[in-house]
Amino acid sequence: MKPAPFRYADPGSLDEALDVLVAEGEGAKVLAGGQSLIPLLSMRLAAPATLVDINRVPGLDAVEATGDGVRVGALVRHRQLLEDDAAARVQPLLARATANVAHPAIRNRGTTVGSIAHADPSGEMTSVLALTDGSVTVASPGGRSTVGWRDLFVGPLETSIHGPAVVVDAFFPALPPRSGTAFAEIARRKGDYAVCGAGVVVTLSDDRTVERVTASYISVGLVPEVHDLTEAVHGQTVEQADWAAAGALARTLVDPDGDLHASADYRRLLVGVLTERTLADAAVEALERTAA
Amino acid sequence: MTSVDTERSITVTVNGVPREATVPVRRLLSDALRHDLGLTGTHVGCEHGVCGACTVLVDGSPVRSCLVFAVQVDGASVTTVEGLAHDDHQGGQVLHPVQEAFRECHALQCGFCTPGFLVTIAAGLEARDRTAEITEEEVDEIVGGNLCRCTGYANIKKAVRHAAATMKDAG
Repeated sequence: MKPAPFRYADPGSLDEALDVLVAEGEGAKVLAGGQSLIPLLSMRLAAPATLVDINRVPGLDAVEATGDGVRVGALVRHRQLLEDDAAARVQPLLARATANVAHPAIRNRGTTVGSIAHADPSGEMTSVLALTDGSVTVASPGGRSTVGWRDLFVGPLETSIHGPAVVVDAFFPALPPRSGTAFAEIARRKGDYAVCGAGVVVTLSDDRTVERVTASYISVGLVPEVHDLTEAVHGQTVEQADWAAAGALARTLVDPDGDLHASADYRRLLVGVLTERTLADAAVEALERTAA
Repeated sequence: MTSVDTERSITVTVNGVPREATVPVRRLLSDALRHDLGLTGTHVGCEHGVCGACTVLVDGSPVRSCLVFAVQVDGASVTTVEGLAHDDHQGGQVLHPVQEAFRECHALQCGFCTPGFLVTIAAGLEARDRTAEITEEEVDEIVGGNLCRCTGYANIKKAVRHAAATMKDAG
């Protein structure tokens, strides 16, 4: 339970970080909060030759909330995002999901962007990036590029980012008007990896009936996906919408795996239950935001 | 040019005292505290962030010391369970209200998980508005990340409420 020997650098700028990544080559890995990476190192599931610690790189620790969305720097800790009121107003899913990320001691150190770059299908923020149709900014020696969530996630713990590169921020678009969100998880112990989790967005039309319903699930499938559940409840009023039908539809769309903690069937059941529960809450919020 | 190292000398203020050590870069903070600095109050349980036994404060915030490398806290301030009590200036020590509460409520049995609980709860109670009555939700949120395998959580939660009440009275 000790990491294998590695080389360590803690560059003081992004350019230096990229230089070290280039010089160290294939075996180099970026370290930010380390709350997912360090356990993998201790369990010897990963053994990079070099860790490039970006914690001293300036300019990566800001949460910027504008009308368009929320940009989260690579060194923003989950706790910082959780406590950012401006970000929560622009995209309420951020605070709702980060409240479910692990325990306070982990949130104090772990970063939201690192969690996305880690691409764990049990991670909350990968699903939130998908559900909000977000993207990340990748800095490499050749310059910066934007990678949308659909192109980012390749498989469990695998992204499309290769070679010397640092994910410098993640961008979560703002919640559309007349919309509400909700997020819930089932875990064996509060704060542990979710057996199943659900994030949902409900958007109402001008006449306050359901216009669009999307959902994304945690610990279900190999990569984050967004499921459109609109057809189950389209045109229904918030008070009379058949959320159970949306839950039933969701169960047919997901393809969870079974493991030590839950069978595939149980996970599918939870998808239905959590969908029904979260949609009812999200719809009430959508109504409140429409009235306001 | 950024240096790439396999060993580094670090200076860390531990419980108010500047300490120096030369450590392999792969040394976890938990191991550095115990092996290099001789502070064995911090216990090492699961070593992958699940149990919370190794929780310490880094610059005032609780973190898992098994999920941080010692080189990463160079220049930082660390508080371990040894730093919770304070000197009474008569040759003894005054326990932190959380330590008192654990004794009062029988919140420990074998004691293995206790240092992590004490540090986590002390930080959790100090961060909240202590004039307000503590809620069950707050208690669960504070202790939710720590595992105990023998005492059971009822007395630990009782100790949190007890310590919160003591700290409220102390103002």
